[in-house]
Amino acid sequence: MSTLGFCEMTISYDGVCAVNSFNNILYSGEWLCLIGPNGAGKSSVLRAAAGLVKYSGSVAIDQKEIPTTSARWRAQHIAYVPQTPLMPEDMSVYEYVLLGRNPHIKHFASESAHDKLVIEKVLTRLDLTRFSYRLVGTLSGGERQRLVIARALAQEAPVLLLDEPTSALDIGHQQHALELVDTLRRENGLTVVSAMHDLTLAGLYADRLVLMHQGVCVASGSAQSVLRSEILAEFYGVSARVHHEPDGTVVVIPKRSTSN
Amino acid sequence: MSTQGRDHSVLWFSLSGLLVVCAMLFGVMIGPAGPTWWRIPLELINRLPLISVDSGVSKVDWNIVWMIRAPRVVLAAIVGATLSVSGASYQGVFRNPLVDPYLLGVASGAGLGATLVFAFRGNEPSTWLIDPLPLASFCGALIAVFITYTVGTSFGRTRSTVTLVLAGVAVTSLTTAIQTFILQRNNDVIRQVFSWVLGRLSSATWGDVRLVLPYVVISTVVLLLHRRLLDVLRVGDDEAIALGVNIRRVRLTVVLAATLGTAAVVAVSGLIGFVGIIVPHAVRLIAGSSYRKVLPLSVLLGAAFLVAADIPSRILADPAETPIGVITAFFGAPFFLILLRTRKNES
Repeated sequence: MSTLGFCEMTISYDGVCAVNSFNNILYSGEWLCLIGPNGAGKSSVLRAAAGLVKYSGSVAIDQKEIPTTSARWRAQHIAYVPQTPLMPEDMSVYEYVLLGRNPHIKHFASESAHDKLVIEKVLTRLDLTRFSYRLVGTLSGGERQRLVIARALAQEAPVLLLDEPTSALDIGHQQHALELVDTLRRENGLTVVSAMHDLTLAGLYADRLVLMHQGVCVASGSAQSVLRSEILAEFYGVSARVHHEPDGTVVVIPKRSTSN
Repeated sequence: MSTQGRDHSVLWFSLSGLLVVCAMLFGVMIGPAGPTWWRIPLELINRLPLISVDSGVSKVDWNIVWMIRAPRVVLAAIVGATLSVSGASYQGVFRNPLVDPYLLGVASGAGLGATLVFAFRGNEPSTWLIDPLPLASFCGALIAVFITYTVGTSFGRTRSTVTLVLAGVAVTSLTTAIQTFILQRNNDVIRQVFSWVLGRLSSATWGDVRLVLPYVVISTVVLLLHRRLLDVLRVGDDEAIALGVNIRRVRLTVVLAATLGTAAVVAVSGLIGFVGIIVPHAVRLIAGSSYRKVLPLSVLLGAAFLVAADIPSRILADPAETPIGVITAFFGAPFFLILLRTRKNES
C-alpha cells in the first residue's frame, strides 16, 4: 500500500533526450498505463524507475525519495517485469521464484524459512505449485508469464512495473494475465504502472492513461478522455474509430484506408 | 532431468564426498615404488591416535607414501577443486557455458612468466633459495588479468562482459606472441616450457601445498559465498539489477577470486586443461543448474576427478610420467562431446 511519485524525471541517452520532465503521482493501489507510439519513452520511464537507466529528477515511494545508490532498497519497494524476461531454460520454477526473494536475503546468506513460506504462498496463489520442480524451458508462454509475475510478487514490493506484459500472448492469455494483475492489485493493494500497446486493453484495465509522445506526456486521464480519434491521429498517425460500449469500455478500431 | 524430481542434494553431496575420499585413498595406495598397496590403509589406521595395527610398512616405505605420494594426491585435489570451482564461477559470471578458468589471460600470462624464468636460467638447475618458477607464473597470470580487466572495463560501457572477453583474447595473443619470440631465441628450453604447459603434479611437495593453500582457501570461500548471487545473475544484468544485485561489485569480486585461485594453482601445476569445463558441466547434468549446488559439488568432484586422473598419469608409461594435461584432455574431450550430444537430444 504505497503511493508512487515521479518528479521532473528526465532521461537522456548519449545526450539525446528520451524522456523530458515526467511528472505523475499514483495513489496507493492505482493502475496507471503508459501508452504512446514506439520510442515515446514509455519503457524508459519504467526502466528508470527500476534503476536500470540513469535519470535526473526523482522517484518517490510514500513521499520518500528512492536513493539511487541502493539497488537493494529499490528492489524491496519496486518489482519490475521486463518486456522479454531472460528466463534460463534449465532453471527450476521454484529456483526462479526464489530469485524474487533476493532483495530480502542478506548478501551472502541463504533463504530463510520465511522466504520459503513466501514462495510457497506465491506459487499456490498463482497456481504454479505443481510446476515447482519443472524446468522453466518446459513451460508454455502463458505459464511463463505467470511465473514472471510470481517472481515479482515474491519480491513483496508495493509497486509493480510491467513493460508490455501481454505482447507475446494470445488474446485469452492476455486477458488471464491482466485479470491476474488486477486481482492481485485489489487483494494486495499493489500500485501498478504498465506500458502497453493494445489501447483497448489499456483502457479496460487501467484507472488512468498517460499518453507519451517524443518523451513528453501529452495527455492524461480516463480512457474516455484520452482515447479519442483526433488525439490518436495526431500522436500515433493512425486513422481509427473509437467506439464506446454502453458499460463505458472504449474500443479502438483501426480503419482501412481503401474500401473494396 | 534431476531437478524434476525431489531434491537429492544430500545424496549427491555425500556421494561426492565419498568419491573424494576413495580417490585420495587409491591415490596414495598406487605407485611404482613403495609398500604393497593393501598395507597402506592399515598403516593409515595405525597412524590414527589411540589405534595400533601392525601394518608391516617400513619407515622407508612410509616415507615414499608420505613424502612423495601424499603431497601429490593432496595437490591434485586442491588443483582439481580450484580449477573446477573457478571454471563454474567464470561460466556464471560471463553467462557462457564454454568459458574455462584460463579465460582473461591467466594461462598465457602464467606461461610467459614461466618461460621468462626458463629462458633466464637456461638448463642450469636453480641455485636460488626459493624456486622462482611458481612466483613468476603467478605474477604473470595476475598481471595479464589485471591488464585484461582494466582495458576491458574502461571501454565497454554497455556490454561489459563481451568487451572483457575480447580484451582477454587480445592479451592472450600478445603474451603468446612475446612467449613465442622468447622461445625462438632460446631453443634449449623449449622442452621444459612444453612440459610445463602440459601441466604436471609429479614434483609436488608439501611446500607446494603450503604455497597455494592460502590463496586457494580464500578464493574458494569467496566463490562459495557468491553461489546464490550467481543464480540471480543468470537472468541477465538488467533483471539482476532490478532484483537488487550490485552486479559490478559481484562480478568484480567473483572474477578476482576465481583468478586468484587459478593463478595460484597454475603456478605450481602448470596448465591442466578441461577440468574447469567438464567438471561443472557433469555436476549440472546430475544435480541441476543452480549454482547453489554447482559450486560446492564442483569443489568435491573436481578434487576427485583430478586425483583419479593422476593415477593413470603415473602408471600408464611407467617409469616415465604421462603429463596429466594429456590424461584430462584425453578423457575430457570425448566426455564433452557426449555431453553436447545428450544436451541436444534433450531439447
